[in-house]
Amino acid sequence: MAGITDKCSVTGIGETEYSRNSGRSVAALQMEASLKAIADAGLQPSDIDGVIPYFNMEVVAEEFITNLGITDLRYSAITPLGGASAVAAIQAAVSAIVAGVANHVLLPIGRNGSSGERIGGRVQAMPQFRVLGEFEMPSGNIAPPQLYAHMARRHMEMYGTTSRQLAEIAVAERANAILNDNAVMQKPMTIEDHQNSRMISDPLRLFDCCLESDGAAAVVISNTERAKDLRQKPIYIMGVAEGHPDSPSNITQRPDLTTLGTAKAAPIAFDMAGIDRKDIDVAEIYDCFTYIVMCQLEDLGFCAKGEGGDFVSNGRIALGGELPINTHGGLLSQSHIVGMNHVCELVKQLRGDGGKAQVANANIGLVTGFGDLGDGSVAIMRN
Amino acid sequence: MNQLEYDKPVPPLNRDSKPFWDSMKAHDMRLQRCADCGKVRHYPRPVCDNCLSMECDWVRASGKGKVHSWTISHHAFLPGFIADLPMTLVTVDLDEGVRICAQMRDCEPEQLQVDMPVELGYEDATSDLTLPVFRPA
Ligand SMILES: [Zn+2]
Repeated sequence: MAGITDKCSVTGIGETEYSRNSGRSVAALQMEASLKAIADAGLQPSDIDGVIPYFNMEVVAEEFITNLGITDLRYSAITPLGGASAVAAIQAAVSAIVAGVANHVLLPIGRNGSSGERIGGRVQAMPQFRVLGEFEMPSGNIAPPQLYAHMARRHMEMYGTTSRQLAEIAVAERANAILNDNAVMQKPMTIEDHQNSRMISDPLRLFDCCLESDGAAAVVISNTERAKDLRQKPIYIMGVAEGHPDSPSNITQRPDLTTLGTAKAAPIAFDMAGIDRKDIDVAEIYDCFTYIVMCQLEDLGFCAKGEGGDFVSNGRIALGGELPINTHGGLLSQSHIVGMNHVCELVKQLRGDGGKAQVANANIGLVTGFGDLGDGSVAIMRN
Repeated sequence: MNQLEYDKPVPPLNRDSKPFWDSMKAHDMRLQRCADCGKVRHYPRPVCDNCLSMECDWVRASGKGKVHSWTISHHAFLPGFIADLPMTLVTVDLDEGVRICAQMRDCEPEQLQVDMPVELGYEDATSDLTLPVFRPA
């Protein structure tokens, strides 16, 4: 796979308004984001020859053909990795493009996660959670804040990690959201605000948990040879990988509760890109929970296992810090668009379109996905 | 309580794990063991990941274990659990080398610590379903 470096680029991005009540269909949201991404690239919908719909199959490939007037769709796939799907879809798109199957692949994600069916309620019906449904949900271990709390508690007991350290992540992200006109959460947050937020499943408090949101985001991945004449400067994909944790179907049996699939994906992506951790100027880290951000930073190799709590403290991950993360506000404070908003934000940063949250001299960046109890995905890009 | 009144999730029927649930109903937990290499595995499944054998037998669990991690839930994600709040869920290392996630009984949150000894108990949820629980040993 080392042969893929720079062969594909992100050429277009599109986002709808993010809200708690869109008043629109999921299909309408996804089509708006897709049309914006295609127009941003300087392409016509008829140029799209691949699509990777969101894995829940609410809006399928056929809908994109019908709505956008695509006449020659040659590639479609889904990447069923929960929140790791968006970045895993980049890997799938790159694989198809490098294999010569497609030239311009559309990656849309959108939903009414707030005004539609509650995200928490959906978990039980998902086939990848069969084992959980049989052995843990009957005892009350049901929803992600509970499932991941076992991981966070183990990390705290083994390494002395504290809730105040997790709060650093929520606070840094909120500060970024306030700089972003398309972020749902605009009220300032302090460490004390986090500490005073209600306990959901100890040690995870309300402000450790992501939003439930309405909206859509989409990107176009193109063969770099076809990208050079397009409207935007291509953002090159240097490396991309997905990784699945040991005991992927349930956290309980995982040999090390504090290691995610990210730990397998990260060395592959960094080797492919041929760069080191210190070369990353900005990172958009999938943030369903504050703890998951900290754990990924360890598994990505930015610090050793157990040092994440110290790593995220003292402003290191804030704007102006050594490694600014989630410059858009993330799932915690911008919107939960299943991480496609993270991909869009990384592209903005590398184009220099980061607005008030622009990281100075952002030339190389990283975006992750995380989901389905431990799947991890990592993409590294440059301008 | 009959199953129609029961408002918590019940395990869907699964041939691979039926002996486990049958043993729970008998208050005599059995764990799946590879008949060829002897590795105990949980949750039940068709293939031994150590030797790829599909033959298995079912060995009586000692019921002894140690706390690996836990959470105390203050939010019920399904209405059936509201009356259980706050609810302590423990991940336990059984002496047989596999883990079980279950509710903890008779334990204050401050008592919980990694490697705390616990013992298995049984609670009949319905006439057809018995769930594991743990208590301080
Ligand atoms: Zn075996």
